[in-house]
Amino acid sequence: MSAATHSHDHGHDDAHEHHGPPHGITRWFYTTNHKDIGTMYLWFALTMFFVGGTMALGIRAELFKPGLQFFDPQFFNSLTTVHGLVMVFGAIMPAFVGFANWLVPMQIGAADMAFPRMNNWSFWLLIPAAILLMGSFLVPGGAAASGWTLYPPLIIQQGMSIDMTILAVHILGASSIMGSINIITTILNMRAPGMTLMKMPLFVWTWLITAYLLIAVMPVLTDRHFGTSFFNAAGGGDPTMFLHIFWFFGHPEVYIMILPAFGIVSQILPAFARKPLFGYASMVYATASIAILSFIVWGHHMFTVGMPAAGNLFFMYATMLIAVPTGVKVFNWISTMWKGSMTFETPMLFAVGFLCLFTIGGFSGLVLAIVPVDITLHNTYYVVAHFHYVLVSGALFAILGGIYFWLPKWTGHMYNEGLGKLHFWLSMIGFNLTFFPQHFLGLAGMPRRIPDYALQFAEWNMWSSIGAFIFGFSQLLFLYNIVSTIRSGKKADQKQWEGADSLEWTHLPTPLPYHTFVTAPIIK
Amino acid sequence: MFSKFLRAPAILAASAFSALASADYHVDILPPVTAVSREIYVLHWGILWVCVAIFVIVFGAMFWSLFKHRKSAGAKAAQFHENTTIEVIWTIVPFVILIGMAYPATRTVLNMKDAGGADMSVKITAYQWKWEYDYQQDGVRFLSHLATPRSQIDEYNAPGAAKNDNYLLEVDEPMVVPVGKKVRLLITSNDVIHGWFVPQFGVNQYGIPGFVKDAWITVDKAGTYRGQCSQICGKEHGFMPIVVVAKAPAEYAAWVTQMKAKMPAEPAPAPAAESAPAAGSPQGAGEKVAAAAPAKAGDGKSTYDTTCAACHGTGAAGAPKLGDKAAWGARLKQGVAVLQDHAIKGKGAMPPKGGNMTLSDAAVKAAVDYMAAAAR
Repeated sequence: MSAATHSHDHGHDDAHEHHGPPHGITRWFYTTNHKDIGTMYLWFALTMFFVGGTMALGIRAELFKPGLQFFDPQFFNSLTTVHGLVMVFGAIMPAFVGFANWLVPMQIGAADMAFPRMNNWSFWLLIPAAILLMGSFLVPGGAAASGWTLYPPLIIQQGMSIDMTILAVHILGASSIMGSINIITTILNMRAPGMTLMKMPLFVWTWLITAYLLIAVMPVLTDRHFGTSFFNAAGGGDPTMFLHIFWFFGHPEVYIMILPAFGIVSQILPAFARKPLFGYASMVYATASIAILSFIVWGHHMFTVGMPAAGNLFFMYATMLIAVPTGVKVFNWISTMWKGSMTFETPMLFAVGFLCLFTIGGFSGLVLAIVPVDITLHNTYYVVAHFHYVLVSGALFAILGGIYFWLPKWTGHMYNEGLGKLHFWLSMIGFNLTFFPQHFLGLAGMPRRIPDYALQFAEWNMWSSIGAFIFGFSQLLFLYNIVSTIRSGKKADQKQWEGADSLEWTHLPTPLPYHTFVTAPIIK
Repeated sequence: MFSKFLRAPAILAASAFSALASADYHVDILPPVTAVSREIYVLHWGILWVCVAIFVIVFGAMFWSLFKHRKSAGAKAAQFHENTTIEVIWTIVPFVILIGMAYPATRTVLNMKDAGGADMSVKITAYQWKWEYDYQQDGVRFLSHLATPRSQIDEYNAPGAAKNDNYLLEVDEPMVVPVGKKVRLLITSNDVIHGWFVPQFGVNQYGIPGFVKDAWITVDKAGTYRGQCSQICGKEHGFMPIVVVAKAPAEYAAWVTQMKAKMPAEPAPAPAAESAPAAGSPQGAGEKVAAAAPAKAGDGKSTYDTTCAACHGTGAAGAPKLGDKAAWGARLKQGVAVLQDHAIKGKGAMPPKGGNMTLSDAAVKAAVDYMAAAAR
């Protein structure tokens, strides 16, 4: 069976190599090519990034000063809820899957993903999910307004938008599970001869571990929706149980969004330090430890639920432990730079920015892990600041750096370096101006998800809003830079970055042919 | 709605300067006024400084390297990529630092969870979007709503009225507690999950429908303390503030008297219900009464069956089982009245009224009588 499939695919490949990809829209509908699918994932993520970003700017406009100026409180709640869902499930995760599609086969010397048709299907599932999610704004009652955590019983007070949201998340979950199965199978079975597991680029490792997390966690998500219907029918049940189930999914989900970022940064830093990654083996083990720990720390989202002291203490200790492998990673990255020969092109700037700001997010995470301190900061803006430091200056900065890093390879054209650096600095300033003051707001007791606030919170909110608009609008530079790179960028070299050493740079020409590694390379 | 959104830049620019003039930049946790919140304050600063120190050292090294090991400064890349000794060290050192943080935190957790020995308790019920405070032992019960007028909040079409100093943090009827007394808070909700959050007390507890959770405070300074609902609970989530006034015990007593006078006669459920069942369930007569009138409030057995049996039938959570003479013997020495009191207010793992807040005090007492009789 597998032999027959193989020879069939092979014939297919040859035909494509002579004629190139089919033209027009059907190329994208029918494609099974990992590069095409990766491209579609990335464009989808970028679109959703701007959709979610527009919502964020709506939120910050309303919060610019006390009083209700623009939005009804219910609509405001919908904005915060859908902003969260769109960014998590529509922007960050699909972006990482896009990276995985592009890079995993090339970095392990495989011709394509293991299940190309399933790959196509995982992408195209995203579209109806996105339509359902965004369409829920148009139905009576407005879009889901219970926060992205969708806690009952609040969630059951809403109309059909909740059903649409739940269905959308289900579909996204199905897509993620298929994507993960694909990635794991590809990595475990399709590595080129000589490409041992411990020789794989770290990005591949982080995705291998992430994919396992996704498979373990997404079915929980499905369960919880059966649970939700149950709450709906019973009109009560046990909301605490939902919280436990949700966060058993939710916390590993958070690491799903950061581990591939670790992988990207671990590729960028050595390339620009012109020095091998320090502590490769301990990086792999640290990633695996973080993944395992992520399953036993969900309770730290629930310190204010009123768990017994023993429960709170267990989750506090487990959460604090995560600082150890995370610290190992940070130390390894800095040692990678140490005594290197560094240059600071845009990807490197984003990677260094990631390192500083992600660590700040890690520290505020440590503060929040301490139960008594968490009690006074739970559901305040301190938490908002914390998770934006890990998800925006963490995951998103790594994605932006990764895009700049691989754009020359993917498109065959070099981006505009000056514009890229300007994008970085504006993002850096805008981001910190937006989110650093939110720590202060949280310490002063401002709850999250409120459309209006008391007067003592006014100053920092104003600065935060100004920062958000700088950060938001500077992303248009990024869009412009990508489009102009594709249309009219200078021709890029095969090995655009002097220190890059993974297969796509060392073995493959620029621009990339439609099919690569049809014959597997031999890795020494 | 969206046309207003388009106006945003103009409005933003116009108000930026006016806001700068009266700057008020809080950067710290609000002044703590309970023992627990003082511990939180100290913990937070301690951990923050440790983090800052680590950050400065680690990133100081990184920035030094960024500067020193530039290619443009002629740096040649070394090729080392491993050092087991140093990797072991930087795994163990953070671990030790973490233990140093966990120890004081653990003490505070155990302290904040110990609501025993309270002088009084207040039941707090959250509604969309208001709070109810029920001083069961004093027969005082009232609702607390946002007092800020809508005209100050809505600015959709025109600038709102001048805002009060305590804009959005003011209520019509604040909760009042005596200074220096340990007050046990029994927090629940009538509809969705809410959060009773007063930063200066170090209390932030979800009110969960169907469950009663507890927290405690001993406020050591008279004053007015403000907080808000911390868990998103629907449209008006941002508009259900919490105000607690701490008064000297004498003033508190005066407040209770004054509030009692305001209480309508009708809803005092405790005294009204008490007279009937107290007569209806003499000790040891539980079984007989049960046969005669199963639905009556004073029927200890039916209350036992519906509410108490979950734990007292199985021994769950260390509850003394029905008819277990050894387990009940020591407890009964305290007198049935004490046990009834514990059953109503809760003690240890025993939630107030066994967690069924719809029971009248009298029904709970009758159930205690029934169980006491079975143990004799």
